[in-house]
Amino acid sequence: MRYAETGYILEIDLSRGSIERVETDPALTELYLGGQGTAAKIQWDRVPPEVEPFSPDNLLIFSAGILIGTPVPGANRTAVDTFSPQTNLYSHSLFGGFFGAELKHAGYDKILIRGKASDLVYLWIHNDKVEIRDATHLSGKGALETGECIKAELKQSEAQVAAIGLAGENRVYMSTIEHANSSASRGVGVIMGDKRLKAIAVRGTKDINVARPAELFELCNPMYQAIYDNPYCGDVFLHEDDEEWHVNNFAWGNARERQKGWWSKEREEKWKAISDSVRLRWTGCYNCPKDCHQAIRYPGRPTYFQKCYSKLTYAMAAYKELDFNYDILGVTQEHGLDGYSTPQVLAFGVELYEAGILSDKDLPNFPTDSGERFFYLVEKIVRREGVGDALANGVYHAARQIGNGAEKFDHNSTKKFEQLPLKLKMVNYPYFLMYATGEKMTITQTEGSYPQVPIADKKEREEFVKNWDAAPERFKKWYLEWEPRTHPSVEASVNIADWNETMHYIDDAIGTCAFLSSFRGQFGGRPPYHLYNLPDFISHATGLDMDPDRIWKIGRRNRNLIRALNIRRGMRRADEKPPEDHWQIRDPEMETRLLDEYYKFKGWNNDGIPTRETLDELGLDYVSKDFIERGLLTDGGNAPAKETSV
Amino acid sequence: MSAESKKRIIKEIKVDLDKCIGCRACEVACSAFHANPKYSSINPARSRIRVVIDELNDCYVPIRAGDYTPSECNGRHSYTIDGKQYRQCSFCGVSCPSRDLFKEPDSGLPLKCDMCEDDPPIDVPMCVQVCPHDALTYEEKEEEGEEEEKREELEIGLEALAKKHGVQKVRDALARMSKKPD
Repeated sequence: MRYAETGYILEIDLSRGSIERVETDPALTELYLGGQGTAAKIQWDRVPPEVEPFSPDNLLIFSAGILIGTPVPGANRTAVDTFSPQTNLYSHSLFGGFFGAELKHAGYDKILIRGKASDLVYLWIHNDKVEIRDATHLSGKGALETGECIKAELKQSEAQVAAIGLAGENRVYMSTIEHANSSASRGVGVIMGDKRLKAIAVRGTKDINVARPAELFELCNPMYQAIYDNPYCGDVFLHEDDEEWHVNNFAWGNARERQKGWWSKEREEKWKAISDSVRLRWTGCYNCPKDCHQAIRYPGRPTYFQKCYSKLTYAMAAYKELDFNYDILGVTQEHGLDGYSTPQVLAFGVELYEAGILSDKDLPNFPTDSGERFFYLVEKIVRREGVGDALANGVYHAARQIGNGAEKFDHNSTKKFEQLPLKLKMVNYPYFLMYATGEKMTITQTEGSYPQVPIADKKEREEFVKNWDAAPERFKKWYLEWEPRTHPSVEASVNIADWNETMHYIDDAIGTCAFLSSFRGQFGGRPPYHLYNLPDFISHATGLDMDPDRIWKIGRRNRNLIRALNIRRGMRRADEKPPEDHWQIRDPEMETRLLDEYYKFKGWNNDGIPTRETLDELGLDYVSKDFIERGLLTDGGNAPAKETSV
Repeated sequence: MSAESKKRIIKEIKVDLDKCIGCRACEVACSAFHANPKYSSINPARSRIRVVIDELNDCYVPIRAGDYTPSECNGRHSYTIDGKQYRQCSFCGVSCPSRDLFKEPDSGLPLKCDMCEDDPPIDVPMCVQVCPHDALTYEEKEEEGEEEEKREELEIGLEALAKKHGVQKVRDALARMSKKPD
């Protein structure tokens, strides 16, 4: 019997209309655990680097992490993995809600989509019964609206639905997959749309078994109250009405400038009143006591869910107030547009118009008000009308398609992907490494365990370290020594970047939410889940013998396998750069040294390619063999001198 | 039946709809607690409490599987909505799934909330234990009063059938059944 996982994948070929239920190899669970990890192995085996993202051979994989559906509170994140047309690299997203648990109860750990349907379809999974159904009547419908329509026509109010909006249907690169109160961002909706898959509906009523039930429940039952009471986890910022930190530190417009002094007590009161008036309630995800999502009903808009920092992204990009943000989210959520990258694309479009690069001919009847301009551009983008066709490809590609100097306005992307709008003074060593080398494409999926700044008072620092259960010993020493406004040493920086990202690779294999673990140690240092307590949860649930070293090694294995996917597609050191003006003061010499040292620490050669020794030690010898055959590594494990770039 | 006046414990799970975040931890805990052996499997479809969710209409209603009553909200549960307490059905605007929800997915047999009256007994039902938001709270009241006459299961079942189909139809069906040869 398989524990925690079902042991089955649902494989759908939309070109042929075939549906298969495929048993998985338990040995792969031991190596990669599940979620993103086991999905990456499938991508390695089945999507060779020649496969273009819009090819029918590209796979779109939905993976319920291995702990989803077990009693472990807060394990509810479904990973969506594919290759992105924006970056031509590995593309990874996560969403919470209820989908993953329902999928497990239907009897599957993953849904693997290949091929392309000839017209819009949706998938209906009801335990063993799986159908590909016509969805042409849902064309153009909003993402949550689609879910409601499908539940009504199937007469299955308890089905869980993940759907794309108009943006995904029209292959907009910023398109999301929306489900209940959650969104899979970072552009995975574009592949779902390319495959002509409007939605997946799932209903499952089968049991999930765990290996050591009594022990697991004894661990889990106190976690509900512990997580609820823990002030350092969940979406702490979203619950605050004082937005000073975000408003002061994040950049406005097209990631251009900070507006210090703009925030005031009066504004806080005004904004709080707006939020209170449009919020129906706070909601949570499956089996998690934190309420990180606002159900919003804005006048004239359908009910939608707001999460995370999307509360401010549109307002700040358009230099508007909070009511504008709630208003436009009512439109963009239903279209299925990413609340991080889309505002930047819109602000970029406005900048090009103001610079005369886009004219009234490109944007007929372009409004004068910045907010109205955003609404205007959104409709152009989701329909790929006129200049919206270029903007729908994200800032990097749009800049080059529009040309005429537009390239200069693309200043906040890394590996062709929009980054958080941040403008900071001095290069930050660990952050430089995370921006440059992170392959989850955004800093929020890479940072999170080590605090961003030291506590100024030494005594308080000592107090903090005393109860820092989440941290491996070496970090305690570095943190104690860390004085404000000083850089951590190169050795510390390399370790910090490594610990931060490894925790995300662990979370994304097991399905625990980063707000309870990998993202949450950096503020307060008390994440409910961490390297030292997760192994027990995993062991009792799965029956695998787990300890901190083993789980760390799985994190490293998955991390290197995913890097290998990108290396095989041509990514190299030359691509590993932070956004160009993220920091005002740079230190090229130090940056080179940091990257050298980080690669060395990671067991990668000087071009960022994992060496044969590293790969073989992790059991990834099939990767090293492939690299040697392709001439990416020599037999000795060193790369040839040739420098390439995607 | 003794008509003597004696003390009895009234157990109640109160539901505050305003506090529910829709996480369904109550379903997870209930289904695991009632698995055999205890905790051996998880399956919200077997839970005796279900959160009926209609996201776009902001409805989040935890409903428990009661006795063989025609509607699960009917006087057996107390609900708080916008600070006001209700004990009747038809307050919530959700299309009531009633007992359709509370069937074993395999056998189709009805499920019933037993307040986790287990051996050994636990202090507070599991669904309440995993609800730190206090959407579910547990109350025990001691009441002086006559012991409620415990009715036979057959009688309760028949009454439910009679309510659904009418007494005459049930009588006719029984008559037909008793005429059939073995």
